[in-house]
Amino acid sequence: MSGTWLGMPAFPRNAEAALGNSRLRANLRKATHTIRARRAAGVDEMPGWAKLRARGAAVKDAALRDLDKHLLRAEEAVTTAGGRVHWAADAAEANTIVTELVKATGHREVVKVKSMATQEIGLNEALAAEGITAYETDLAELIVQLGDDLPSHILVPAIHRGRAEIREIFRDRMAAWGRPAPDGLGDDPRALAEAARLHLRERFLASKVAVSGANFLVAETGTLVVLESEGNGRMCLTLPETLISVVGIEKIVPTWQDLAVFLELLPRSSTGERMNPYTSMWTGAAEGQEFHLVLLDNGRTGVLADEIGRQALRCIRCSACLNVCPVYERAGGHAYGSVYPGPIGAILTPQLRGTATPLDASLPYASSLCGACYDVCPVAIDIPEVLVHLRARVPHPPAERAGLAAAGWLLDRPGRLRAAQRLAGRLRGLVPRRRLPGPGAAWTDTRDVPPVPAESFRDWWRRTGGEDR
Amino acid sequence: MTGRGSRERILARIRAATAGLPPVPDAAGPPPAPRERTEAEIVRTAELFAARVRDYRATVHLVAPGGVPAAVAGALAGRGARRVVRPGGLPVEWPAGDGVEFLADEPPLTAAELDAADGVLTGCAAAVAETGTIVLDAGAGQGRRALTLLPDYHLCVVRAGQIVPGVPEVLGRLDPARPLTWISGPSATSDIELDRVEGVHGPRTLEVIVELPAV
Repeated sequence: MSGTWLGMPAFPRNAEAALGNSRLRANLRKATHTIRARRAAGVDEMPGWAKLRARGAAVKDAALRDLDKHLLRAEEAVTTAGGRVHWAADAAEANTIVTELVKATGHREVVKVKSMATQEIGLNEALAAEGITAYETDLAELIVQLGDDLPSHILVPAIHRGRAEIREIFRDRMAAWGRPAPDGLGDDPRALAEAARLHLRERFLASKVAVSGANFLVAETGTLVVLESEGNGRMCLTLPETLISVVGIEKIVPTWQDLAVFLELLPRSSTGERMNPYTSMWTGAAEGQEFHLVLLDNGRTGVLADEIGRQALRCIRCSACLNVCPVYERAGGHAYGSVYPGPIGAILTPQLRGTATPLDASLPYASSLCGACYDVCPVAIDIPEVLVHLRARVPHPPAERAGLAAAGWLLDRPGRLRAAQRLAGRLRGLVPRRRLPGPGAAWTDTRDVPPVPAESFRDWWRRTGGEDR
Repeated sequence: MTGRGSRERILARIRAATAGLPPVPDAAGPPPAPRERTEAEIVRTAELFAARVRDYRATVHLVAPGGVPAAVAGALAGRGARRVVRPGGLPVEWPAGDGVEFLADEPPLTAAELDAADGVLTGCAAAVAETGTIVLDAGAGQGRRALTLLPDYHLCVVRAGQIVPGVPEVLGRLDPARPLTWISGPSATSDIELDRVEGVHGPRTLEVIVELPAV
């Protein structure tokens, strides 16, 4: 896996390749089943989960309804508290803003807290092009960065890697990025976590500039919130002199008290914990730091304009939908060709990027519509509904369009259907048993052709006097 | 660079996208009203808090009123901590300790000095029973955020009256203008095969002393 999503083929081809990788399937199965059980326990313990979930959705809807007012309020609060606010319409503008801010500090290295927004805009690559090195500090992001790999999960970007592979990556690659792995490093997760601690320790102590995202931005107070587990987030948010946070405009929640709902929903949905080990909250320039907030659109206002699709903006990036998805569990995250994989990715990516490429147009079909994702979503995003909505929007091949047009014509009038059924019954000897010819062959790749009956049900009903009984 | 043109463009796009949408009623509702709690309720809440913190594999001691100095001395001795960071504003009667050197953050300790310390002793701003969470607000007895981050051992004293039942209640007790750190157990990761492992970058050992009210 090279470090780019560009030019990837459509989902079915990616998934087919992934299904052939038995180690990947074993890693994914183990990890997704572990986390599923832990989430279920965490949610079952919480009384009134359904009500809490409805409130989470309602708070996000309220935030999106008046997004302009909330953003302006947050801007004023952050500015009053000594921070500076920047607005970025797209990825390129956000990258330019961050690059210029880093250059202005005179430093050439930044430490990073795991952030989906900065991955989405390709910030690390943009900084590298300007001679600035970004060091990922989350353990899973570190595994991905050292392995010159791509993330495959929202919460645990290296979920596709097992412990033995992680040991190999640490042993082979840590020295090129800083302190080498300890001699005789084993594959016990404790030993691997310790190796990451040692590798990053001096980097944290010397860091002057940090880049983060945020889980929430409170409009009324201007407070930013980052949830994490390891303490790398606290290191990046606390120690450097300059902090730059890149935050999608949909991360806003209207009030301070609104945070209660999400601090109860997110950890249990995400890692299955009652609470994640560390949550940092700060408003403006904290403890003498220089603070910049970059508000990112990058397609979000387009999503907001879509009546059915806009619910995807409620997403709090918990990844519960990935962990329960039968398609994700087998195909893995890379097949989705985006930093947002899984069911939420299948509705977010085509809305943020459009459906111009074969990959993006295939994503609304990367689902069996089983609905498990909707059941677990802590903000009640009806992912199957949005998938079906997006399927109507993507281009369809001529054979499929012709077939559906013919079916529409037939089903529109009972007389037409009856005539067609009689004709089919008479010609049924000519229908191939297994594979259809021409464009229909793709459909029969994974299915047998259903047998055509000699007589339709309606004709049988009439012939046997069903109407008189 | 302020992205001035983009600011107006983004706001205009939002207004176009949301024009005509019906208003959404306030969903979160007001915070739970604070109320007087009986001593027995306070003790029960403290016991739930202790159990939940222990679930994160942290050590918790419940002590009688006035028992904090002895518990602090005992915990530091048990840990073998000799050089311990002590932010300003902690009660003076807490032990100077036999063989324990306390490091004040005045003038501010460097990151290297904090890293080299054996531990840090703090109070807290509030705590949550349901989730086993301690909240620090960089106020008296807690110090700036780095103090509880770099030393590998954090000993935290919580008064039972500071513990509220759940997350909605604790938000009402906190000042969003202060830098806040919510701590639920020691540093941990689930990044390797989604199994939880305690101890990455933050303090790998968290020890909590809860002072119960007189009953």
